[in-house]
Amino acid sequence: MGNNDTIRKTLLVAFILCIVCSVVVSSAAVLLRPAQQLNKELDKKTNILAAAGLLQEGVPIAEQFSRVSTRAVSLDTGRFTDEVDIATFDQRKSSKDPALSETLSADRDLAKIGRREKFALVYLVEGEQGLDKLILPIKGYGLWSTLYGFIAIEADLNTVAGIGFYEHAETPGLGGEVDNPLWKAQWIGKQVYDSDGKAAISVVKGAVDQSRPEAVYQIDGLSGATLTGRGVDNLVKFWLGEQGFAPFLANLRAGDA
Amino acid sequence: MSKVKETLFTPVFNENPIALQILGICSALAVTSSLQVSLVMCVALTLVTAFSNLFVSLIRNHIPGNIRIIVQMTIIASLVIVVDQILKAVAYDVSKQLSVFVGLIITNCIVMGRAEAFAMKNPPVPSFLDGLGNGLGYSIILIILAVIRELFGSGKLMGIEILPLASTGGWYVPNGMLLLPPSAFFLIGLIIWALRVWKKDQVEAPDFKIAKNTATGEIA
Repeated sequence: MGNNDTIRKTLLVAFILCIVCSVVVSSAAVLLRPAQQLNKELDKKTNILAAAGLLQEGVPIAEQFSRVSTRAVSLDTGRFTDEVDIATFDQRKSSKDPALSETLSADRDLAKIGRREKFALVYLVEGEQGLDKLILPIKGYGLWSTLYGFIAIEADLNTVAGIGFYEHAETPGLGGEVDNPLWKAQWIGKQVYDSDGKAAISVVKGAVDQSRPEAVYQIDGLSGATLTGRGVDNLVKFWLGEQGFAPFLANLRAGDA
Repeated sequence: MSKVKETLFTPVFNENPIALQILGICSALAVTSSLQVSLVMCVALTLVTAFSNLFVSLIRNHIPGNIRIIVQMTIIASLVIVVDQILKAVAYDVSKQLSVFVGLIITNCIVMGRAEAFAMKNPPVPSFLDGLGNGLGYSIILIILAVIRELFGSGKLMGIEILPLASTGGWYVPNGMLLLPPSAFFLIGLIIWALRVWKKDQVEAPDFKIAKNTATGEIA
């Protein structure tokens, strides 16, 4: 087997190897792309349904999602918009794009997200008589990480129907308990806005005193997760407040979105 | 036949890549908080090690010495990308949890180590078996870690509840530390200890011995 260490042989081996490997890699990527895209789509839909507490076991996701229609909302005007294409719009990416987002000054940045996107995708769950539930994307900083999730609101646009986070990196067992089904269940039925129309919903420290009238706006804190709890409290207030979806919800309530 | 057995099973206990050679620790810490994810990682790594050994061995007589590491890396990297793409297509949930760690198989010392130390000097079939064997050695440690960590850290195995958690109305209070990467360090340490008590020849001679009192005379 001749000398392998000549320049000629070295270049030849390198060249052939690169050709073979690139063909293998690119054909794997091209052939598997449709399956991967399908998975991504399904995953997103599962997240939306699961976060809102609407996911049913054993029913195909596509079927469950058929009741859900996706709309884009302009957070500035609080109205539905056609300015973005919902099929291709990536809300998470858009919050980093200067053309599609704006910087928040510290006093307005309750959720500590730095920039807020101008457009958001909302999901309307249709029932027998029009709107059944509305699912809104939420995100904000906890203790270690940005929590990404969804909150579902009943047709009265005031009662929480479910909440959940699909991505975060809080401490397992402490802040990670935001995924605890028992804790998430507490949110269901709570009221978002008080009689003045302010987002009053909050995560309190310790347990909620059920005898007090504020209890309808309050959720127990998570023990050992004061900072994550505060983060969740802030981000829910932010996204349901004036910087977030409050103008949109007001318009929707007035039938003028 | 016994030769086949030897190449295949020596790396499982006698020359375990994690416990004896202390390679591939990074992913062993990162992915073992859930058994399902660990199993997928084991399969992925075993396949990559076996096939990279096979391909490196097939062309070993044509690899120029100067670029041999790059050649091995190219083969390994291509295999890893293919595995990653397949995972994304067929097991999306798991691939999301494994995230960067599939990609990081490229830098896993076990794969490179076997390609350089074994496949470069041996024919394809033994190389393939050696890759499989080392993959198995890696897998067995990962599976042990994952069973302990998932069972006692979150009361589940393969995502199915085994020990009902106190936080959802059961009796078991999970050990949260087991879900954090350092716990895998402690467990690997204990496994290495147990293995070396069982197989005394794995105990390494100390590199350095601290001498007893070096001061002389009356000072002490």
